[in-house]
Amino acid sequence: MRTLFLAPLWAWLTLFVAAPALLIAVIALAIPADTVPPFRLALAPDALIQALTDSFYWHGFLGSLRIAAISTLACLAIGYPMALAIARTSARWRGLLLAIVILPFWSGFLLRITAWIGILRDEGYLNAILSAVGIAKIQLMNTDAAMFIGIIYCYLPFLILPLESRLSSADRSLEQAAADLGATPVRVFVHVTLPHSLPGMFAGLALVFIPVTGEYVIPELLGGPSSITIGRVIADEFFNNNDWPQASALALILLAALVLPATIARRAPRGGRI
Amino acid sequence: MSGFVTFEGIELRYGAHTALAGLDLSISQGEIFVLLGTSGSGKTTLLKIAGGFLTPSAGRIVLDNTDITALPSWQRPVNTMFQNYALFPHMRVAENIGFGLRRQGMRGRELASRVEELLALIRLEGHGARRISELSGGQQQRVALARSLARRPKLLLLDEPLSALDRSLREETRADLLALLKFLGTTSIIVTHDQDEALAIADRIGVLREGRLEQVGRPSDLYERPATRAIAAFLGAANLIPVRLAESTADTLSLALPGGATAIMPVRPIAPAGLLHLALRPESLTLTIGTGPNTLAATVEGATYRGATRDLRLRLPDGTPLRANLSPDAPIPPEGSALRLTWNPSRAILLDR
Repeated sequence: MRTLFLAPLWAWLTLFVAAPALLIAVIALAIPADTVPPFRLALAPDALIQALTDSFYWHGFLGSLRIAAISTLACLAIGYPMALAIARTSARWRGLLLAIVILPFWSGFLLRITAWIGILRDEGYLNAILSAVGIAKIQLMNTDAAMFIGIIYCYLPFLILPLESRLSSADRSLEQAAADLGATPVRVFVHVTLPHSLPGMFAGLALVFIPVTGEYVIPELLGGPSSITIGRVIADEFFNNNDWPQASALALILLAALVLPATIARRAPRGGRI
Repeated sequence: MSGFVTFEGIELRYGAHTALAGLDLSISQGEIFVLLGTSGSGKTTLLKIAGGFLTPSAGRIVLDNTDITALPSWQRPVNTMFQNYALFPHMRVAENIGFGLRRQGMRGRELASRVEELLALIRLEGHGARRISELSGGQQQRVALARSLARRPKLLLLDEPLSALDRSLREETRADLLALLKFLGTTSIIVTHDQDEALAIADRIGVLREGRLEQVGRPSDLYERPATRAIAAFLGAANLIPVRLAESTADTLSLALPGGATAIMPVRPIAPAGLLHLALRPESLTLTIGTGPNTLAATVEGATYRGATRDLRLRLPDGTPLRANLSPDAPIPPEGSALRLTWNPSRAILLDR
């Protein structure tokens, strides 16, 4: 019975996770060729070695990690207070506020990014407002700033939702007990609220950090030419250089870099403290 | 009002709803004061106001000559033992007990020895490194108590301290709790809905009903001289028999009971327009063959053997139900049979409210 219920899940995982990953692994070991598709099957580690040793690729990996780290921390700084505020409002308002957080998902991702282009471009709404109040125009489009605005905008709900869910499940009497025992509001947060929220916070951080590391569309559309990300490098290898094995090798390393730490963290003995 | 802890005109209103309506209460140092009431009576609300978790709409609280009404809970020399214990699940037993002490800046050896002292007080020596989830319900209750006592509060608030325990454990724990509070001399307010518990542990009891203190007194005062029918029925069992004042002399009152019986009792002031009830405790009734005053006739409807007593369900001629807890040695009266009961007039309670 249990197998029956799990069958769709296994089918989904096999078709859309395991099979593509295997395909990527096979192509990563192939040799580029002037054929269609542009590779010849082999067991050549050349592309993988190249991916791990070429400083250009390292630049891409580190660029992505930097962007992911900054975006994730920014999402945390903005999202934690929001999640806490939503969790603390009355049940009626809470539903409405959560609906507002989820609302952007009702429109298409590309549509929303295009809307940001309209806001941020040199002749866009933001600059129109700035010049209306007498402030000089600023160039945002195709800069890191625009890219971060887009990333934070898109990924903030992924941090807020699990965190808010965890925070709203907290036993408020624990906070009362801490205050009762002489803890100032800051101490109550540090000793009770924050430790309780950690599982939700880590879930939210992972939901932002992992996809942002591989993010391709937002840096491409909003970021400048200097915003090198591994996503853009992979796309470049695929579509411009037509070097599928190199692109696959990079994708494989990115996958391993993101999946392995999560797996290790899951395997690690749990503190069981929360 | 004077006292170690005084509540003066405490009021709490939510819109049109009044949770507490101008409550005055004075508690002396070292006293164990029990707030007794049903849910919704306002007892937990009063405890939250004392702890600083609710701000009263009006009134003030004075503790040891200091007005603490405006102090946030973390600045009050008041600690609470929460009903669900509210132990921090991510901290060990010792960390829980030491939490309040750390907030006072206590560290190192001093902290460790004070925590050990508290663990000894609750007979959990050597359990400091345990997780909260590894403790039994009774042990958790004691840790919660130790944590609330750690800062030596001037006022300790206990919200239903025994309600989460198994019945078998409750009585023993109750005795331990009482002994500990008396040993430390901690001024305490205990909230409970359990009248047995209240009678057993209180120096004084305050009965709360609909946001008002209906009666305050020692347990024996409340049991033997309840002010109202509600209190007579709430504290222990009571047969409430509607009566009419037949005659009053300088030192006795003569009351007419349904079915032609009369009761004669020592005179006491009664409200002239009050609807009078005679409250007779089931354990105050005994079988008699007499027919004079202070006896009544009743029909047996059923009997329950309870070991220490034999509890009879009876009915008066006018249909008023009556319960009597007789000695188990008394012969079992068959169902439907008539019998006569008597009581000691000093045990009878006359109620005009």
